[in-house]
Amino acid sequence: MVATEPMMPPTGEMKERLQEAAKRLEPMMEQVSEFIVRTRDVRKVYQMGKVEVEALRGVTLDIKRGEYISIMGPSGSGKSTLFNMIGGLDKPTSGSVYINEVDLAQLDAYELAWLRCRTIGYIFQTFNLIPVMTALENVTLPMIFAGVPEDERRDRGMELLKRVGLAERWNHKPAELSGGQQQRVAIARALANDPAIILADEPTGNLDLKTGREIIQLLKELNEEKGVTIISATHDLKMLDVSDRVIWIRDGRIAKIEDRSKIQLEAALAVEEELVEGVE
Amino acid sequence: MTRRSNATVFGLSREEIRRQIQLPWSEAFRISWRYVTIRLGRSLVTASTVFLSVAFLMAIFTMVLAAKAAGQELDAPTRARYLWSVLMGFLICSVGIINALLMSVTERFREIGTMKCLGALDEFIVRMFLIEAALMGLFGSIAGALAGALIMLLWSGFRVGFGVLGNLAWGFRSADGSLGFLGCFLVSIVAGTILSVVSAIIPALRAARLQAADALRTEI
Repeated sequence: MVATEPMMPPTGEMKERLQEAAKRLEPMMEQVSEFIVRTRDVRKVYQMGKVEVEALRGVTLDIKRGEYISIMGPSGSGKSTLFNMIGGLDKPTSGSVYINEVDLAQLDAYELAWLRCRTIGYIFQTFNLIPVMTALENVTLPMIFAGVPEDERRDRGMELLKRVGLAERWNHKPAELSGGQQQRVAIARALANDPAIILADEPTGNLDLKTGREIIQLLKELNEEKGVTIISATHDLKMLDVSDRVIWIRDGRIAKIEDRSKIQLEAALAVEEELVEGVE
Repeated sequence: MTRRSNATVFGLSREEIRRQIQLPWSEAFRISWRYVTIRLGRSLVTASTVFLSVAFLMAIFTMVLAAKAAGQELDAPTRARYLWSVLMGFLICSVGIINALLMSVTERFREIGTMKCLGALDEFIVRMFLIEAALMGLFGSIAGALAGALIMLLWSGFRVGFGVLGNLAWGFRSADGSLGFLGCFLVSIVAGTILSVVSAIIPALRAARLQAADALRTEI
């Protein structure tokens, strides 16, 4: 169809028909695009010798595509357990976890590996880079598992390293990089196959205040640039500022979910500012 | 938990998903080579058990060949005793390799868990460990065969005279159809490498059973 004049907005019958079609498609679109992670009454019970420990007591939540979520809670609250459930690293005792509307419990080993390789990128507190590989090789390892050819791997890897600001250090091994630099390489690695979700377990846990801030800033930028959903389990109050929602966990249950607009953190941040300024 | 066989997950069929996860042998080789050469000290410890066993085997081979060259055939009971010693040596070597590699798996639990988080299948982990063992076995065997042969040649030379050694069957096969020197050399290397790989199976299976969640653990 050749446009010979600017298109006019639809009127009358056409408009009605389009509206009807949109209404029919809406629930399907919502199902496909809105929620990337859903949990339904997830429970986890651990057997510690003779004692049964209820790590999670029924957690139900929905995470939208593109959100930046922080899961916060004290030690033993079930934060890490919930994190493991969402990331497909562990199976719930009861209840379900859905990623892209797919029930994780139904996946076999291959599908789980595929999910971890292409849909989810992981960032760890201890960086977890392979010590015998260079930065570039670490970043391209997920690409090897995804079957990407070597030249393309190298180009994409270098691009990712450039984005995190470590292009000149592509040839360095983790032992030759600082903590902050290692975490940047880890972030680049998490993005290797353009995942829909990045799961970060205490990403700033082993970093000083200043470096931690830089990492959080980098994650927020990537969240906005690429629309990748970021789910972070953390103690770090600096995360509160960049999160769209904060999920507070206590005793294996969701205590509250805070929306960005309602987060009050002046007091906490002010204290930290003082500490940082003192160091700088 | 049953699904129709033609159901799709993530928009792909099961076959497509299987095909899309891969670790080419060349890449596995590259990664394993890296591990072996960079952790050289640890690799040498594992390879030294192979070195010693293969050195022993090759020394026995060489001694038998030298005896033949000097016209002193070893009788069947003596040969059987030597064979028995060599087998014991290989058994001890195998236990040593299993031990060293199990230690290696324990040390690398976080890396293995991380690789699983990156999408590695259990068989990829097994592949990497077996290639590593094959490499250490190969280099240990070559070095061991050389050392064993050299020492026994020197010793036999002093015993029966270096001139007699000239009659040794140097080729792959000797005149009467049994193995010659080069043949023994090859057999020793192959035996040592196979021993290494077979011993690595238990540790490799243990490594493959580690979970992705182990990448998050703080202790072993």
